[in-house]
Amino acid sequence: MSLLIIAILIPFIATALIPLIHNRIGTLHIGWLVLLIPTALFVIFALQIPVISNGDTLIQTINWIPSVGINFVAYLDGLSLIMALLITGMGSLVVLYSIYYLSASDSFPHFYAYLLLFMGAMLGIVLSDNLLVLYIFWELTSISSFLLIAFWYHRKNSRYGAQKSLLITFFGGLGMLAGFLMLHSMTETFSIRETLSVIGQYTDHTLFYPAMFLVLLGAFTKSAQFPFHIWLPDAMEAPTPVSAYLHSATMVKAGLYLVARFTPIFGGTAEWFWTVTLVGLVTLLWGAFCAVRQTDLKALLAYSTISQLGLIMSLFGMGSAAMYFGDGEQGAFYGLAIFAALFHMVNHSTFKGALFMVVGIVDHQVGTRDIRRLGGLMSFLPITFTFAVIGSFSMAGLPFFNGFLSKEMFFTASVNAIGLPVFGDSAWGLLIPAIAWVASVFTFVYCMIIVFRTFFGRPQLKKLDRKPVEPSLGMLISPAILCVLIVGLFFVPNLLGDHLLRPALNGIIPGISGAAPHISAWHGFNTELFMTFGIIIVGTLLFLTFRSWYKIYLLQPPGWTFTALYNSYLKDLKRVSNWITTHYMTGHLPAYFAYIFIFFIATAGGALIFTGALSIDLTADSPISFYEGMLVTAMAIAAVSILFAKSRLTAILLNGVLGFSIAIFFVLFRAPDLALTQLVIETVTTVLFLLCFNFLPEWAKEDSAKRIKIRNAVIAISAGITVTLIGLTVNSGQSFESISGYFENSYELAGGDNIVNAILGDFRAFDTLLESLVLFIAGLGVYTLIRLKLGKGPEKDEHK
Amino acid sequence: MESLIIILVGVLTTVAIYLVLSKNVVRVILGTAILSHAVHLLILSMGGLKLGTVPLLGEEAGSYVDALPQALILTAIVISFAVTAFILVLAYRAYQELETDNLGAMRGSDDE
Amino acid sequence: MNINDVILKTVSKAVVLIILTFGIYLFLSGHNQPGGGFIGGLVIASAFVLMFLSYDSETVSEALPIDFKKLSALGVLLAMLSGVAPMFFGGAFLSQSFGYFDLPIFGKTELATVTVFEAGIALTVVGVVVNIILSISEDE
Repeated sequence: MSLLIIAILIPFIATALIPLIHNRIGTLHIGWLVLLIPTALFVIFALQIPVISNGDTLIQTINWIPSVGINFVAYLDGLSLIMALLITGMGSLVVLYSIYYLSASDSFPHFYAYLLLFMGAMLGIVLSDNLLVLYIFWELTSISSFLLIAFWYHRKNSRYGAQKSLLITFFGGLGMLAGFLMLHSMTETFSIRETLSVIGQYTDHTLFYPAMFLVLLGAFTKSAQFPFHIWLPDAMEAPTPVSAYLHSATMVKAGLYLVARFTPIFGGTAEWFWTVTLVGLVTLLWGAFCAVRQTDLKALLAYSTISQLGLIMSLFGMGSAAMYFGDGEQGAFYGLAIFAALFHMVNHSTFKGALFMVVGIVDHQVGTRDIRRLGGLMSFLPITFTFAVIGSFSMAGLPFFNGFLSKEMFFTASVNAIGLPVFGDSAWGLLIPAIAWVASVFTFVYCMIIVFRTFFGRPQLKKLDRKPVEPSLGMLISPAILCVLIVGLFFVPNLLGDHLLRPALNGIIPGISGAAPHISAWHGFNTELFMTFGIIIVGTLLFLTFRSWYKIYLLQPPGWTFTALYNSYLKDLKRVSNWITTHYMTGHLPAYFAYIFIFFIATAGGALIFTGALSIDLTADSPISFYEGMLVTAMAIAAVSILFAKSRLTAILLNGVLGFSIAIFFVLFRAPDLALTQLVIETVTTVLFLLCFNFLPEWAKEDSAKRIKIRNAVIAISAGITVTLIGLTVNSGQSFESISGYFENSYELAGGDNIVNAILGDFRAFDTLLESLVLFIAGLGVYTLIRLKLGKGPEKDEHK
Repeated sequence: MESLIIILVGVLTTVAIYLVLSKNVVRVILGTAILSHAVHLLILSMGGLKLGTVPLLGEEAGSYVDALPQALILTAIVISFAVTAFILVLAYRAYQELETDNLGAMRGSDDE
Repeated sequence: MNINDVILKTVSKAVVLIILTFGIYLFLSGHNQPGGGFIGGLVIASAFVLMFLSYDSETVSEALPIDFKKLSALGVLLAMLSGVAPMFFGGAFLSQSFGYFDLPIFGKTELATVTVFEAGIALTVVGVVVNIILSISEDE
């Protein structure tokens, strides 16, 4: 058992233990115990930094379904490490923060169980080398996100947001799965590393581009890229620690991780470059533009997250050009974008995490996050105000904060992209830095809105639920740590650059570490610096004159949003499927059975006749002894008599005759296990029938119309004939080699003399396991049915 | 012998399906029970009948009957018991709530 | 259901014991002789069912404080865990192993992990069958 796999498993195990522990710890807040897990994992991963920055990687394998190449392969390189540190580091801070954020009425065990489930799944994504295992963890994060958004499930908006996020991310996830399967059908491996080494031969394959776009679909839906971004603002119904953790720092970065991981597989093609870069840039611009008009601080942060994710996405797109140019100087020139993307990914987690926590504090302390009701909080919440300034100014890209450094690198990368040969000499290349610059102006504006609308101006204490005071110290620790990081990274960025970012870059594209620069704040008066100056000047002007130009937002007609499209799609889907269903779902069980049997007769019987498979050959039959013939006759008579039984007791007894006769057949046909089982089951079934018939009405005479009776008889007889013919045909021809000989080695392979038992317990134990599960579920179903008393009382709460 | 059993399977299937198509819940349940009997016999006869001795290696015989259908049937027997129990209880509870055992009368309400 | 039948009660006392012994024998011998988890479980379950049929369920529940729902869940869990266990030793999910050991009284004996799996199956079967019969008979 190895380190990485234990690291993935720990959160899952803890998830299962939480409900057990919760009732035993008395007054201790369970969050303190939960906090140990991400912190310990963070330390574990931090200890790997020296190994990974040396250029080594860790790989650990547990076989899962080796026969089809699905194994649990954990792989740690620079990219995985940086993600793992983000997940566990932010996880620790968020858990700490949540201890003070949640109120006593919330269900702690649920909250922390979901959070740990998410953490484990997220670690699984970034550490999996196997595509299908990655996919499973991918969907697990969607599910835990769904559960966390709907944490306050009594609110209608929470349920709506949860459903929206689930539908959109699952839609993308399924597309991604299809992409993975296409990759597999090309390369015949599910391992990402092996795919990397062979993908070069398949770039001309017809499935190459479909696979690429499907994988991107998964990444774009997860990372809330335009036009799939609409789920993220509604996800803000989740408790703020969740928003800070899942919906800004980690889960939404899974899509970015996927793009980074697949850059060496698909990167270097023009399609990849254009799709990723353009989608990223459009998301960047649209997110920033929409953020400015928001009045809810959390919605503003949601759109800002969308925008920032777009920024990082476009950087990965631009950096993919390095794959085209290879190891040389040009590769390094464009590879800078990937370095910038990784750097900004870390920075974004720090400042956006801090800002979410700040908004959480404001909401928690004064009871609203509507900026129209806020203002002048600076003198009441001085510490929170400081955090807000640090976070916002970093996001705006101002100096002395880490955001400045990565923003400058973003500009460098976008200016570099002008020179890409694909543009020729046309002015199209200018579009990239132009969009980047305009979006950054809006970014600047909304950052100022966060700070100035909330903390400056006249306090409107009457509009607030509570008098604002600073929260308890515990709530301030996490944002304080993040703020220290924001400032600290500005002054010593190369500590991060050399030990984490450079190895991560190596993990994505090996051999272009030349693209990892020495990060410094001052480059002289170059284009990037002038772009920043321009942003500050234009952004300040726009912020001050906001009232005179906000009407631009009213130009968008109210019904013309992607959310409206999504809503009407869901409505129509329901309507159309309802319409289709009502036409054949009559609610009449015999009709459904008739459909099924007619379909069976038509397809199976039809195939038998039209393919000419029908053949009857009795020569290989074993001889019939006298009593066997008697038994068959007795069974046939018993079966037919059931149809004419006058009382139900007769019918049950006749059924019993059938059951016990079959047991005798099992004896005759050398199946002792079956005979034993059949005897006991038949007894228990008869008891069951008798018990239930106590409660059921007397057997009514079949009073259907004659026409229906004849129809039923025709269906029944044709089905019976079809089955007989199929049976006889199979019996007379030997189309395939029998596989049963293999099981006769049961003594050597499974250590048992009883072949049947060896098949059940060893060779095909999975069937048996699932079967016991079915049995268990049926048992639960019976119990629930008996206990469930349908109340005819009024419906509960919200339906009223 | 195999052909005879297969013909018996056909008879059982006919009876079972006729019962299943009935409107009366109890007949439907009996039908499913008989259908599973038929299927068990069908699977068993597919492996060939009486071609060797019981599939216990302790017998040290030259040939054994096919053990795979037996393993499949063993699981099927237990499952069909569970399913029979479930639909029996379903029928009985439906009768309690809806006060009818006529499937024609058991339709969902329109607002579902 | 109160069946006040003295003969039935007296006979079932003896018979239940025999059936239980037979059930456990079938369960243990399943590896090499006819038997195994399903059959053993079913036979044990039928012994319990007989007890519940001949006595009223309150009396039996007092003498046998087992929650059969939990028993079936425990069975599924045991079977599942016995499948997960080999993964920690480098085996695939549900791979079974066996070996021969010299035990003091029994002499050379075969011990196989499949017994744990079978025990899970048997517990599930006992739990489910008894639970089904009990649920129906207890319903008023």
